[in-house]
Amino acid sequence: MTGHVELRPGAYADSVTLLQVSRSVQGVPGVAAAQVAMATPLNVDVLTEMGFTVPTEAGPNDMVVAIRLTDGGDLDAVLAAVEAALRETGRRDGGPSEEAPPRTTASALRRTAVSGPGAVALVSVPGPSAFVEAMDALESGSDVMVFSDNVPVEQELALKRYAAGRGLLVMGPDCGTAVVGGLGLGFANVVSPGPVGIVAASGTGCQQVLALLDRAGVGVAHALGVGGRDLSAEVRGLATREAMRRLDEDNTVEVILLVSKPPAPDVADEIRSYAGGLSTPVELALLGAGHPDLTEATESLLRARGVAVPEWPVVGTAAAPSGGHLLRGLFVGGTLAGEARIIAESLLGAAVVRGAGHEFVDFGDDAYTAGRAHPMIDATLRLEHLARAGADPDTAVLLVDVVLGHGAEPDPGALLAPVIAGIGKPVVAAVVGTAADPQDLERQVRVLAEAGAEVHVSNARATRRAVELTREATR
Amino acid sequence: MNTPEAVVGVGADLLADAVEAQAVPVTRVDWRPPMEGTESDLAAVAADPRRPEANARALSAMLEVTATLVDVVPAAEALGLEPGQFLHAGPPIEWARASGPLRGALMGGAALEGLVEDPDEAVALFESGTSVSLEPCHHRSTVGPMAGVVTPSMWLWVLEDPASGRRTYCSLNEGLGKVLRYGAYGPEVLTRLRWMGDVLGPLLQRSVRDTVASSGPVDVTGILTQMLQMGDEAHNRNRAGTLMLLRDLSPAMVTSGYDAADVAQALRFVGGNDHFFLNLAMPACKLALDAARGIEGSTMVVAMARNGTDFGIQVAGTGDEWFTGPAQLADGLFLGDYGPDDANPDIGDSAITETAGIGGFAMATAPAIVRFVGGSVPDALATTRRMHEITLGENPRWSVPVLEFQGTPTGIDVTKVCRTGILPQINTGMAGAVAGVGQVGAGLVTPPAEIFPQALAALAQAVPGRSL
Repeated sequence: MTGHVELRPGAYADSVTLLQVSRSVQGVPGVAAAQVAMATPLNVDVLTEMGFTVPTEAGPNDMVVAIRLTDGGDLDAVLAAVEAALRETGRRDGGPSEEAPPRTTASALRRTAVSGPGAVALVSVPGPSAFVEAMDALESGSDVMVFSDNVPVEQELALKRYAAGRGLLVMGPDCGTAVVGGLGLGFANVVSPGPVGIVAASGTGCQQVLALLDRAGVGVAHALGVGGRDLSAEVRGLATREAMRRLDEDNTVEVILLVSKPPAPDVADEIRSYAGGLSTPVELALLGAGHPDLTEATESLLRARGVAVPEWPVVGTAAAPSGGHLLRGLFVGGTLAGEARIIAESLLGAAVVRGAGHEFVDFGDDAYTAGRAHPMIDATLRLEHLARAGADPDTAVLLVDVVLGHGAEPDPGALLAPVIAGIGKPVVAAVVGTAADPQDLERQVRVLAEAGAEVHVSNARATRRAVELTREATR
Repeated sequence: MNTPEAVVGVGADLLADAVEAQAVPVTRVDWRPPMEGTESDLAAVAADPRRPEANARALSAMLEVTATLVDVVPAAEALGLEPGQFLHAGPPIEWARASGPLRGALMGGAALEGLVEDPDEAVALFESGTSVSLEPCHHRSTVGPMAGVVTPSMWLWVLEDPASGRRTYCSLNEGLGKVLRYGAYGPEVLTRLRWMGDVLGPLLQRSVRDTVASSGPVDVTGILTQMLQMGDEAHNRNRAGTLMLLRDLSPAMVTSGYDAADVAQALRFVGGNDHFFLNLAMPACKLALDAARGIEGSTMVVAMARNGTDFGIQVAGTGDEWFTGPAQLADGLFLGDYGPDDANPDIGDSAITETAGIGGFAMATAPAIVRFVGGSVPDALATTRRMHEITLGENPRWSVPVLEFQGTPTGIDVTKVCRTGILPQINTGMAGAVAGVGQVGAGLVTPPAEIFPQALAALAQAVPGRSL
């Protein structure tokens, strides 16, 4: 039987509060008796009767914390419970303190009912300010997704080094897409839970894989974005490693798919060696010349898991080629634009693609987003270009992507259809989305097909078809 | 890895909307761009690996201090102040740049010390500067309200932190209106100061010493705890605190053996001066904040002080350096016929109360005076809530009943001020701009914004091996 009596001069709480605190501490395991009270003469008598010895200098302005432990009771733990109870009774949810909006991420996390690992911060402030907001989250023990671009690489490195030492995950900067336990962050598709865990250094590349897996009936546990620079020679896969570690720890994940541009060779070696130490198999989908495209990479993942590769549907018929010589790809997804260029170069030859002036424009590039929203949110700029390119006699074939999911334009088909309907040239569209996406995938496909586009669900397939039509036009 | 239970959204609302559409709650940050040009310094300081621990240490060092009243002694004895040495409020300043009220108080102080016959003769004395010197109170463990002039014969409260033995000092409060600290130096001002020196000081010394001997030092921190629940914010309202001090000292005053008429006059003087306790609240705050000085890497403000010309701050992580900018004019109400043109810019060390999380920071607990400083009750609640956005923590001792006993916002963080653009809110009295006038009003004021980016830049410079 151990007794602990502690005076806290100057500490004060009202008697009702202290009654609640005392009750709550009495319920802590290892506590035989507990009383937290102001040392008024009455309370000193009560404490004395309970068998505690209150120091004679105690006065009514002093708080007394008196605790008797059972055998094996942990005083530090009980004192921590006293602190927690004092804090708890001092604050009530929805009190007036909640009314002023938080002005920093730290303040918001302090007010969020769930903090630490249960909460995620989603940072999309201008790049020069993203670092401090993200640090707030990491210092609170929360993972962070940095949607912002224009974050200097040394700041990215500082964030990821801080996170790596603490088992925290930094998704980004410039991370457009993540799905964490079914919750889409940024531009994310609605997926069913399943055995695949994705680590993606590419937003729309990740979305393409999510869409194709969904079509094949395979669910995704998590898709963790890491930002396009994570596998660079500077950042060296710091977030990729943490993301793979998380997925490896998750028993529902049976296979990890890493979607990225081909990393620097030494970084690739490091990542491969890290992956080798995990108990979950890691497959790579690398976006680059000489590598399988995203559709092929997804197909090989399906085959490896013994899942039948579905027929990727094609809906609608493109107009017959009528002159012109240029393939014009107008994209909202940066990775999708890049994949299209790589495929076209592999089919036509890089020199031919450049010499002929075939275009693969990414409207999400900084040059098009300075002072305006991403084209997945604001379609205006691409629609204008599409109408102009459609009217240009040099244009042979138009290739567009349509990316669905949370955060994206609510009805992109309705905006594109009238423009496409007015173009007499072949239009090929890749619609990247899942059946449960809020925009209604089937309706988007139908509207575009009815407007005269040939609609694919695979960007790679759409690109191959567009190249074929371009060849026909110039034959 | 589990589905996040909560998301904090900072930036585009659309992304927060998309999360809410998936039935996960989002706490949205009301984000605004930081103070101009601070982004890279903010990043450098945010990346300083010492910062989180240093700030936690600074905050807890400050919160652990308890201030007790242990003695009352003349400045000559307490500080070794010699004839010709003058302490003043705020950051360092010379006579040439001193404002009207500071000059007035220095002139009155010179007359009080017998350096000149007539206060007006002191102008030449200070202009020549040969036999006099000026030094900030803060440099001598002291704080002074308004002009804050301390001379060797003035009696000082002596506060001590029992755990460390550290001490801080403050003069005795003269009351309101025509008083030295507001720059008045007429005969009635000097007469009152002489009575305080001859009668009040010795009586309080005897009473405090007897009280300490019979029942221990007076717990100033404890009185602050209680007065904050009795409608005082301990800067512009000190009514409950003053009465509690009287409660603690009056038995010893009565039994001091001093002439009953003198005791009665002293009790009447203290009881009739609602600000009497301010001069105990201030050194209690300084005693707490000084515990956080010199903690490298900490971004916590340890002093805010004004000399009537400059507003200065000192920060835990930047040593004794002052970051200064022009003192601002308060916005508030004026006494009698006085108006904005009569007021001097902000003056006094009393912003040490806000630095410690009370005064303007605890406005919500003092609804009775919101009109006095030109505000409303909702403004007062909003002010205290807003200050939580720029502070490191809460003071568990000092709680605000109307805010569900939330602790007062404590430990001003330079980085948070720069990030949010929210400036510390200070309750203040207004001195007349012309030496000799005295108080002209009271109101609300903030520091000049630019001193926070200055302090931030110095903190960023001090980051070892700055990488960002």
